[in-house]
Amino acid sequence: MRKEMLRVEHLNAWYGESHVLHGIGFHVNEGELVTLLGRNGAGRSSTLRAIMGIGCTRKGSIRVQGHETTGLKPHHIARLGIGYCPEERGIYASLNVEENLLLLPQVGPGGMTLAEIYQMFPNLYERRKSQGTKLSGGEQQMLAMARILRTGAKLLLLDEITEGLAPVVVEMLGKVLTELKTRGYTIVLVEQNFRFSAPLADRNYVVEHGNIVATVAYGELEKNRTLIENYLGV
Amino acid sequence: MDIFHISLQALLGQMTLGLVNGSFYAILSLGLAVIFGMLNIINFTHGAQYMLGAYFAWLGMTHLGISYWVALLLCPILVGAAGMAVERLLLRHLYKLDHLYGLLLTFGLCLIVEGLFVEWFGVSGQQYPVPESLRGVLELGFLTLPVYRAWVVACSVTVCLLSWFAIEKTRLGGYLRAATEKPEQTQSFGINVPLLVTLTYGFGVALAAFAGVLAAPVIQNTPLMGANMIIVVFAVVVIGGMGSILGAIVTGLGLGLIEGLTKVVYPEFSSNIVFLVMALVLLVRPSGLFGKEKS
Repeated sequence: MRKEMLRVEHLNAWYGESHVLHGIGFHVNEGELVTLLGRNGAGRSSTLRAIMGIGCTRKGSIRVQGHETTGLKPHHIARLGIGYCPEERGIYASLNVEENLLLLPQVGPGGMTLAEIYQMFPNLYERRKSQGTKLSGGEQQMLAMARILRTGAKLLLLDEITEGLAPVVVEMLGKVLTELKTRGYTIVLVEQNFRFSAPLADRNYVVEHGNIVATVAYGELEKNRTLIENYLGV
Repeated sequence: MDIFHISLQALLGQMTLGLVNGSFYAILSLGLAVIFGMLNIINFTHGAQYMLGAYFAWLGMTHLGISYWVALLLCPILVGAAGMAVERLLLRHLYKLDHLYGLLLTFGLCLIVEGLFVEWFGVSGQQYPVPESLRGVLELGFLTLPVYRAWVVACSVTVCLLSWFAIEKTRLGGYLRAATEKPEQTQSFGINVPLLVTLTYGFGVALAAFAGVLAAPVIQNTPLMGANMIIVVFAVVVIGGMGSILGAIVTGLGLGLIEGLTKVVYPEFSSNIVFLVMALVLLVRPSGLFGKEKS
């Protein structure tokens, strides 16, 4: 029986007056990769932000490895072993690639070493002395992912990692995720690109109006194709 | 020897005084810039905190027999701690609001502190003696340099460079720069940003108090000594640009020199020269000489 890494139940969240999550709930077991699919504005990114405790008021239950986190501050939540890769990537302009990589504190044991990171992302090694913002979109995305892999985080929250990237980079990210799954990482992936996430996801949650409206397991994707395409507005 | 009818003695004398003033401008503008960068608050209390440094040194000496050297270490810590309490209790509620609220609050605090001190100590000022080991002069050919002035400049430049090193080259400094750039995201990486903010304010305030202790033996110590200083320091920060630590230091020293030069060449204008420079710099470089455009 696999350990439960994350369980979200009856989660409501507000940005100021705006009610963005309406009782969303899902779970992820250790070593699984689940996706949050849906249109823009459905509440997928808001869910990740709510898990991290950033910028919104939350009511409900979020349990990370059994610990209730709705009352915790973001830096305490991170230290439970979560790595968050935001949609905007958030590379620090005032630091170079290597400094960006080395900045984050350890949030768990067994983080990848710098050597292992450079092996996984060879481009980053070549650009390691470049200023963060001088990187291409693809390189910034790789850096954003590499950063959290160094910290020993075992639960990864990845927001739209393939957005705006060239097919060859997307393919590379796919290989990285496959590798991470083999290594036992637990991943929550917010994705628009259904073709990218389909082969990787153990379970797909379809999000609309801040709630889960459908759950589709790995084997059942073809069966539910029309349903999913409707929700994604494709 | 005369240069353009100005004696070299007078010129060099004013230049060293200018460097001394510039040293204070550098430390004060460094503190202000660091606070503004992290907290987005214009710390109008900075001048009062500078004054507190000098006054705590004087009070320590007259009531507790505390030496200058102890005061140099103790006063910044005390005033810095008080600053951290102010941040925790008052300032942190203002971060989500317009800049103006921070300015108003710190301005109010400044008025309270200065008002109380005027009430307790009057406006005429207290004397603080130059410490024994720093008395006397250095004879350097055609310049007689008081030892204390050399000390002020050397000490200030050292403190500024140490601050620059701490911010640019250490891990904690890295956290500070990251938190300044993206506070929410940095917190999501596990860094205790609220604590960092408190410490940053305390650090900036401690720098102000440090400048106050340094100034005590050479400046007239009145409760309003900070008020006289602070407007010029704001101009220095604007000229130097908000983003750069090195910029604050270089600009502070440079403007002190320019002010000194003006005192010799055209004394009537010496209290306004900084503002003229500010106007000219802003015309050409709106973000300041070393500033970065806030994206």
